[in-house]
Order: sequence, then C-alpha cells, then structure tokens
Amino acid sequence: MWEYTDKVKDHFLNPRNVGVIEDADGVGEVGSIACGDALTFYFKLDENGKIKDATFQTFGCASAIASSSALTEMVKGKTLEEAKLITNEDIAEYLGGLPKEKMHCSVMGRDALEKAISCYLKEPEKEVEGEIVCECFGVTDREIERVVRENHVSTIEGVTDYVKAGGGCGNCHDRIQEIIDSILGKERPVPKKAPALTNLQKIKLIEESIEREINPTLKKDAGRLELIDVDGNRVLVRLGGSCAACVKSPVTLKHYVESKLRELVSPELVVEEVQ
Amino acid sequence: MTVIYVDNNATTKVAPEVLEAMLPYFSEQYGNPSSMHAFGGNVAGAIKTARENVANLIGATPGEIVFTSCGTESDGTAIRAAIESYPDKKHIVTSRVEHPAIKNLYESLSKKGYRTTFVPVDSKGKLDIDRLYDSLGDDTAVVSLMWGNNETGVIFPIEEISREIKSRGILFHTDAVQAVGKIPINVGDSGVDMLSLSGHKFHAPKGIGALYIRKGTKFSPFMIGGHQESGRRGGTENTAAIIGLGKAAELATEHLKKDGYAKISRLRDKLEQALLEKVPNAMVNGDPENRLPNTTSIAFEYVEGEAILLMMNEHGICASSGSACTSGSLEPSHVLRAMGVPFTAAHGSIRFSLSRYNTEDEIDEIIETLPPIIERLRELSPFWKQAMEG
Repeated sequence: MWEYTDKVKDHFLNPRNVGVIEDADGVGEVGSIACGDALTFYFKLDENGKIKDATFQTFGCASAIASSSALTEMVKGKTLEEAKLITNEDIAEYLGGLPKEKMHCSVMGRDALEKAISCYLKEPEKEVEGEIVCECFGVTDREIERVVRENHVSTIEGVTDYVKAGGGCGNCHDRIQEIIDSILGKERPVPKKAPALTNLQKIKLIEESIEREINPTLKKDAGRLELIDVDGNRVLVRLGGSCAACVKSPVTLKHYVESKLRELVSPELVVEEVQ
Repeated sequence: MTVIYVDNNATTKVAPEVLEAMLPYFSEQYGNPSSMHAFGGNVAGAIKTARENVANLIGATPGEIVFTSCGTESDGTAIRAAIESYPDKKHIVTSRVEHPAIKNLYESLSKKGYRTTFVPVDSKGKLDIDRLYDSLGDDTAVVSLMWGNNETGVIFPIEEISREIKSRGILFHTDAVQAVGKIPINVGDSGVDMLSLSGHKFHAPKGIGALYIRKGTKFSPFMIGGHQESGRRGGTENTAAIIGLGKAAELATEHLKKDGYAKISRLRDKLEQALLEKVPNAMVNGDPENRLPNTTSIAFEYVEGEAILLMMNEHGICASSGSACTSGSLEPSHVLRAMGVPFTAAHGSIRFSLSRYNTEDEIDEIIETLPPIIERLRELSPFWKQAMEG
C-alpha cells in the first residue's frame, strides 16, 4: 500500500473543483486511458487576467486525482504569468509530498496547466517535439531531458517515476541512460578506434606490451612470456619460468594475456601457446 | 471499522483450529524432530501426521511430500531440479499468465540460455493447448503450468494436459498454490510429476509450503544440507508451521468432502451478478465455466483500480486490483494483458477472492457500497461522459 499523506488522501476523497467549464478560456488535455491516467484541466480568467475558476476531470489513481485537485486550488487567483511558474515539485509539495513512484502524477498536472495556457494564448498545437524514446508510453527525448534537468533525476528509475518512460517493456533503457549521461556530462566511454597498424607496428606494439605490461605482472608469480611469432592476428607465445609448469597456464593465457593484448594492441588478436 | 476481507487469493486468515494445533510447538514441544530422544521424537511423530494430511489433500503418498518455506520456494526447487536432472535439454515451457514465481524464474533462465516458450491464452484466459503441444520437442526439459490463476481464478485442465505431457516423456510441474484446498485434486490420477502448494492460501500461516514430488521422479535439492525431508530439503524443520499446514490440510479435506465450497461459490456468484447488474460497463475477466469457486475478477470500465481500492478501503473492504498503479509498475497485470483485456477495462479490474469465513452480510455490504464508488469515480473521469455519448 502506498504511503499517501493526509493531504493526498483528503484531495482524493474530497476532490476540489471537479467538472467542466463550458466557456473555459483555456483547456489542457494530457494522458490517455491506455497509459492508465489522464487529466483534462479547464480555467476561466476574470477581467483582470487572473484565474477566476479552474476545474478538472481525471482518470487515474488516488495521487493523480489529488494532484489535479491540488493544481486547481493552486492556480486560482494567479495571473497566467504567475501560474506558468508552478512546477510539478510545487504540486507535490502542496500535497505534502508524493511517493517517488507517483511523481509522474504531479508532472501530468504541470503538463495540463502548460497546455491550457498555450491553448489560451492560441499558440499553435505543438507537434510532438523531439523523437519518441519510450514507445510504451509515448515519451520523447525532450521530455526526458527536461525531467533530468529540472527535477535533478539521474537514474532510469527516476525518469520512470517522473514521466513513465522505461516503465513498460524496458527496451528504451539504454537510450534513456544515454540521455541522462549526455546531460550530466558523463559521455559513455566510447571504445577508441584503433588506428590501422602496419605489420611492423603491430609486432612492435605487441613486444612493448608484453615487456611493459604483461611480464611485470607475470613476474610476480615468477613467470615470463616470450613472443615467438606474429602471424596475421595470431600471436604465438611461449610461457617460461614457473608459468611453464603451472597447470593453470591455459587459463592465464586466455584470460589475461589475450585480453591485455586485445586492449592494448588490437581487439582481433588471438593468443596461442607454442611448446 | 470492521474489516470485510475478500482478498483471500493474497492470503488467508489462520484458522483458529490451526493456531491451536500450532501453539504447543512454539512452547513446550520445542524438540528437534531429528533428535534421538523421545522429546524430539514426539515432534517427528506430529510432523509425520502433518505429512499424511497434506498428502491426503492432494491424493499423494506421504513420502512424496517435501515441506518448504513457501510456494515460490516450491516452484523454484521444482524447475531447477528439472533442468538439473536433464542437463542436455535446453527448452522449458510455461504459460503467459503464470505467477511471478514461475514467470520471473523463466525469464531469468531465458537470459541464461534456456529457450523458453510462453504459451498464450485466449480472451477468456483459456490455454491454447494446441500451441502447447506443438511447442514440445526432444529438447524440452519441463512444462510448468498453474492449476488455478491467482488473478482470474481460471482453471487449466491440468489432469488432461499432464497425462499428455507425461506420455511424451517430459517432466510436468504445476503451480497449484491457488487451487489446493479450493478444488478437489488427485495427483495420483494425473500425470503431474511435481506440484507446488502454499499454506497461507488455505488458512495455514505464512512461511510454509510444500512440494509434491512423484515417486521415481529425478530430483536434486535446492537447499543442500542435513538429511531432513529425506535429503530433499536441508534445514531444521519449521515444526510449528508444518503442524499448522497439516491441520489446515485436514480441515480443507473435510471442507471439500462436505462440499463446503458450494456456499463460497454461491456468495461469489451473488456478488458478481449483483455488481454486473448494478454497475453499467462492468464485465467479468476470465472463463466463468472453469474457475476457482472463490474468485471473480470484474472490470469496471473507465475508472482506475487503485482509486477503487482506496475508496473501498475507506469502508473496510479489502480486495485487490490488476491495475498498474497498485503494484508500482506502470502497466496493468500481465495476466489481463495476455488475455487481451482492453486498457479501458484492465486498469479498472478488481479481484474479489472469498473464503469460508465470508458471510452473506458482508457480500450484501459490498454490493451496497461499491456501485456508488464506481459512479463517483466515473463522474471524475474525462472518459466516462465521452463514452456514454458515444
């Protein structure tokens, strides 16, 4: 069971301002029945340009209904400029907080308010901005970017809590992570493309890597690796010292030497032991 | 506020007789059943009786019963034992509507390289048996199908299917957690090799389950340790809970013999019919012909399940929902989606699951309380008026 605050419960059980304003100045519709919640928000201005009346209709869970109810109370008496400044965090705060998994309900409130104001200002219906990242809930990269910037969300779960993206099949998780990383300045380590090596360069690099990296490590166990030949991508080596007698040597070769050479020289290398 | 508890597929009340039977095993009868002295030996004797009672409930012999900690442990033990017994077979089969104990286990095995088949169901939740049989091959290690569905109550024809699977030399496991104690089960007549059951679904306490393993079935334990449960599950027995499970099994056997479920299904039907009559745009999820006697899942279109549950909660009525919002996930239950229940209905699906402790008065109260709640939420919903105006 969710831990809802008393204020959430109150706004859910006794929602304020339910209904339709027939001659509304602005109407904002967000969500859909498929997504599990939807809100239609209406407002009417007075002669001074202040919101005189605001109402809502909501399909959704307790926190969706409470967030909608809270929004209608919060905007009353405000000019549109003032109303525009209301964030989803403000809605959640008004209710004494929401469970983190339910933050998307407050985002829905803010989105409906923005749409209603655009509707009043006769701003052209915005085309879907950006590219759809989450197919399940129809969430775009712009929406994800916004939640990462404005709500200081830094994880995929956080994005899901706020805008639902990633809460369905999960296929978009990599893409969401990329968006988070690009905003937080953590570019994913891109494997450096190795410059094409001539045969001579390759052999030299292998030799250097063995001397500088591999043998100093093997030496700790009194072992030693000797380069015998390089044939294309086959690296032929002989194990000396205690490695030669060690029953684990095939494992050492495969897991350590090969991965080290692949990392330092070329990912195509295959290491083989010769007697 | 008095509580009206119609969420018995989630868990049940411990029967007073069960509690009474258990109590001495928390206090004076604290011996270890493995001990050589008579003080422990007495407890071993009581466990023997409990094992007989559990076996009796499902038509097994006592030696085929292994006590576990819960249904999930029984399921996991069964599937892991099956794939370990046939290490060369890499195909495992189940349905799309299983409990997470099987569903998530299969998904995790799928990531480990097992080829998994999730057999679909139709809009009534009935299994596509042809697809099941078509999926089987020499590579199939195990088929696991639930006996009764926890969300809709739909019963799969396990006796018939298990015999066919067995005739093809493939292991058959059933998650019968929701079915045991509610409908007569006789594994002896079936082709079931392994069956999971859980105590707290039929008035035993939480934390006790059992796995039936047909005599002669290849098996390897999940919990390796001492010789308890004939080496099939290590660890000192949860003695009091085992005694409780035995008592609950005895009570369930009597209850089934006396056709006690006739009363429960009558109350269930009364609730269902009254709600369908009083609430427009409401429908039953699942096959009403093949259903557990205590369960109904009703979809109320254009409202959301969590909101319904919380409003019912204000009246002390405890039920559960297939909606997304209740579980913390964002999508409605995989069972309802597998059945193709439309979103307009899936989000507003409520499961009522009764027990022998429910009374006619309680059902009447739900019938009085719920329709105004649905009406109120529909007035709040932007879709209701639209839908009504077409």
